[in-house]
Amino acid sequence: MATQPHAPQQKFEPWNDPDATPYVRIEKVTKKFGDFIAVDDVSLEIYKKEIFCLLGASGCGKTTLLRILAGFERPTSGRIFIDGIDMTAIPPYERPVNMMFQSYAIFPHMSVEQNVAFGLKQEGLSKDEIAQRVADMLNMVKLGQFGKRKPHQLSGGQRQRVALARALVKKPKLLLLDEPLAALDKKLREHTQFELMNIQDTLGVTFVVVTHDQEEAMTLSSRIGLMNHGEIIQTGTPSEIYEYPNSRFVAEFIGSINTFEGKLIEDEPSYVRIQCDELEAPIYVDHGVSSAPGATVWAAIRPEKITISREKPDAADNWVAAVVHDMAYMGDMSIYLLRLDSGRIVRVTQPNTYRHADDRITWDERVYLQWYPESPVVVTK
Amino acid sequence: MRSWLARRLPRGRTLVTAVPYLWLLVFFLIPFIIVLKISFSSSQIAMPPYEPLLHWTGEKILQIKLNLGNFAFLVEDDLYWRAYLNSIKVAAVSTVFCLLLGYPIAYAIARSNPSVRNILMLLIVLPFWTSFLLRVYAWIGILKNNGLLNNFLLSIGVIDQPIQMLQTDFAVYLGIVYSYLPFMILPLYANLEKMDLTLLEAAADLGCRPWQSFYKVTLPLSLPGIIAGCLLVFIPVVGEFVIPSLLGDPGMLMIGKVLWTEFFNNRDWPVASAVAIALLLFLVIPIMYFQRAQDAEAGAGLHR
Repeated sequence: MATQPHAPQQKFEPWNDPDATPYVRIEKVTKKFGDFIAVDDVSLEIYKKEIFCLLGASGCGKTTLLRILAGFERPTSGRIFIDGIDMTAIPPYERPVNMMFQSYAIFPHMSVEQNVAFGLKQEGLSKDEIAQRVADMLNMVKLGQFGKRKPHQLSGGQRQRVALARALVKKPKLLLLDEPLAALDKKLREHTQFELMNIQDTLGVTFVVVTHDQEEAMTLSSRIGLMNHGEIIQTGTPSEIYEYPNSRFVAEFIGSINTFEGKLIEDEPSYVRIQCDELEAPIYVDHGVSSAPGATVWAAIRPEKITISREKPDAADNWVAAVVHDMAYMGDMSIYLLRLDSGRIVRVTQPNTYRHADDRITWDERVYLQWYPESPVVVTK
Repeated sequence: MRSWLARRLPRGRTLVTAVPYLWLLVFFLIPFIIVLKISFSSSQIAMPPYEPLLHWTGEKILQIKLNLGNFAFLVEDDLYWRAYLNSIKVAAVSTVFCLLLGYPIAYAIARSNPSVRNILMLLIVLPFWTSFLLRVYAWIGILKNNGLLNNFLLSIGVIDQPIQMLQTDFAVYLGIVYSYLPFMILPLYANLEKMDLTLLEAAADLGCRPWQSFYKVTLPLSLPGIIAGCLLVFIPVVGEFVIPSLLGDPGMLMIGKVLWTEFFNNRDWPVASAVAIALLLFLVIPIMYFQRAQDAEAGAGLHR
């Protein structure tokens, strides 16, 4: 099996292609339950063969949005188009969409085969064709030997694959996955992630995945839609979301990050300087920011983009003195928590490049933190 | 000393499990053996009105006299066969009506708003707070020729003379379905209420219209509830005595009534016991089936 299912020959980014037509269009969809706004004026465009992840904390509206796509919920306002057809009022049993439920929702009174054949029987296909497609699908999810088993005789991972097979065998235009890997243990989850991407690649089905697990979203998706309080905060590829967050919320939601509040003291098209109360030297960033001088901004620096040294840097910008407050050895890397003179704790991760580093920086040492001008992300909200 | 005691004294768990066994022994097995014994004896005019099975003849000879004639009598006289068959027919028809009425009621309650669900279930059980006999007598008041129903129909002019409803099969079925409906609804509700509703969403997602989802998912999954409810209605109705004798035609043959006649009118305890033993055998088969269905459900539930 290919271990790198995400290595396409040419770049797959239809969202950057002005001629590409979106496959799924969510147009100003709002869903209210009583006074509670679960989904708040969301517009999204998803392209064919994408794995689009709706990422957010529980209660952010991502599952409601998925259920609207499936047809289980009617939006209070707004429209849904799939492959150019308005699906807003179409009931779930007439949508070319299938869902893999978080609980898997496998019919307990049917065997694995019967579960997978269920949707095809509804379509009224011939017995032979059903048998063929069920067998092919079970082989694809590596359950060929388990067709006659009852669901309660399967392990969690096997049930997950039955649920996937049952949804995929209908050849849906859109497959919706609600926390597809949440019920699996860590090892199985990683393995299944890659399997899922392989299957998606082979069948070319468009996936919309709901998850609260940012790691899962980062590995699986072509693009992520980060949701909070029913709104989409940012849409972008995993690296765009990680490296170019558009707000403090996004920066702090994905991975860990050190955010410093400061004022713009120099604002040029090619660089900015930010003066922060918690740092002695200003932060110099080698790109412009669309904000007025004197405005409050936040500079956010990822822990892996900060280096630690014992010598005081002679640069004018982008450094701060600190004391090692705590450290954790993780094997592949070490995590340092460093206390600035202001009392603020900064998180830094360093790869453990050498095996026997006797002079490794250790507790209570006075050190200097440095970063490159391109490392900080400046957000204005 | 203490460990010796601990080993000798039955452990708590043994004591707890002994309680139901003791109960069954005292109130089921021993009475059953007594009835079985009587069914093999012959009737005589005495106190008690049957001959003992064992008795000493002369010295050191214990004579066991088994009279199989009572069971032969049941086969010879077609009265008993007809009573059995009629009882089973009445029970089967009543069970079907209870199911047809009870399923929608149980379904509606199970799918109702959780806040009213308990109130609705309370209403189903509420009739049990009144004596069963009183409720059957109330039906006499409703159904008799100058009863509530006939008077109402006469007053609105639908009929111009009373319909004979009391002492008909209709009244018996009505009384039985009315009395036993809760026994159908309770197990069905318990089953339908715990059903995972995402299964219905999954069915809809895979192309089922609502009625297809019901037929392909809800109905098969509620089968254990249907079986439990049907047996809870069918088994007692086969032996039902009160409702047919109060509401039914005096000539209606029901095995419960035959039993009553044998015991109290004919004072033929051995034949009455034989009738009871045969009835029990008729019922053991459905009871065992019931047990198996319950086990199957419990087994499936464990793995779910």
